Amino acid sequence: MQWNSVGEFFAMGGYALYVWGSFGACALLMIAEPFLARRRLSDVRKSLARERLADELELQQKNS
Amino acid sequence: MIPWFWAAAIIFGVGGLWISFFVAPTDAQQGEGYRIIFVHVPASWMSMFIYLVMAFWAGLGLALNTRVSGMMAQALAPTGALMAALSLWTGALWGKPMWGAWWVWDARLTSELILFFLYLGFMALQAAIDDPRRADKAGAILALVGVVNIPIIYFSVKWWNTLHQGSTINLNKAPSMAQTMLWGMLLMALAFWMYSIAVALMRVRAIILERERHTEWVKHAVE
Repeated sequence: MQWNSVGEFFAMGGYALYVWGSFGACALLMIAEPFLARRRLSDVRKSLARERLADELELQQKNS
Repeated sequence: MIPWFWAAAIIFGVGGLWISFFVAPTDAQQGEGYRIIFVHVPASWMSMFIYLVMAFWAGLGLALNTRVSGMMAQALAPTGALMAALSLWTGALWGKPMWGAWWVWDARLTSELILFFLYLGFMALQAAIDDPRRADKAGAILALVGVVNIPIIYFSVKWWNTLHQGSTINLNKAPSMAQTMLWGMLLMALAFWMYSIAVALMRVRAIILERERHTEWVKHAVE
């Protein structure tokens, strides 16, 4: 290991802005994207469930 | 299947990050700044590879008229665009301290930028056409025409005199980099790969449900 202290690690030999800017952007986007994908999936599932409920209610009204 | 890909992505990612920051030595010329390559190279590889896979699905859909192919292509595009954007962003952050410029109109950089625009164009075109089947066809043609850009990116460092360095990993000769750096890069590439599969599969599930919502099986699938 080449780091003597935590501060040295974060300083990245003077390249902190560039190194953390790169890894940070990757982390940010690669955390955000799965959340967006999951939301899209749960949105469509919810809307399908609502539609199904509406169909069932309609059927009940017709029968009564 | 999706959780397995997430698990693999996290395991490879943690291993790759550990090597990137704690095992790989400081570079003799570039100091610590070179560590950007541990995300830059995998993102660039994936941006090209995802495009090839996307074009493959798009072409398959066009040739065989299969429904899911178009959905696969549509699911891959945003992830590909994300990888291209990361490649350009991390490249700029590497270029500034090493070359003294955020951006140069170099063959490699310009062709990667075109790749990014191809992804955006593909997504915009699909979004602009209401009928999903026609959107698939139009998108497929765009994706297939854009394939010519991939070898241009890949070989740009050989064909032109560019500022971007040549590849350090070749199939026919030993890589010109330290073993630990190579391992770090390969692990990170695997992590990016698993991530892309997982997120694209998640998106394709949503797309299938959205598009097939009027079919009986979808109505029964959601209880």
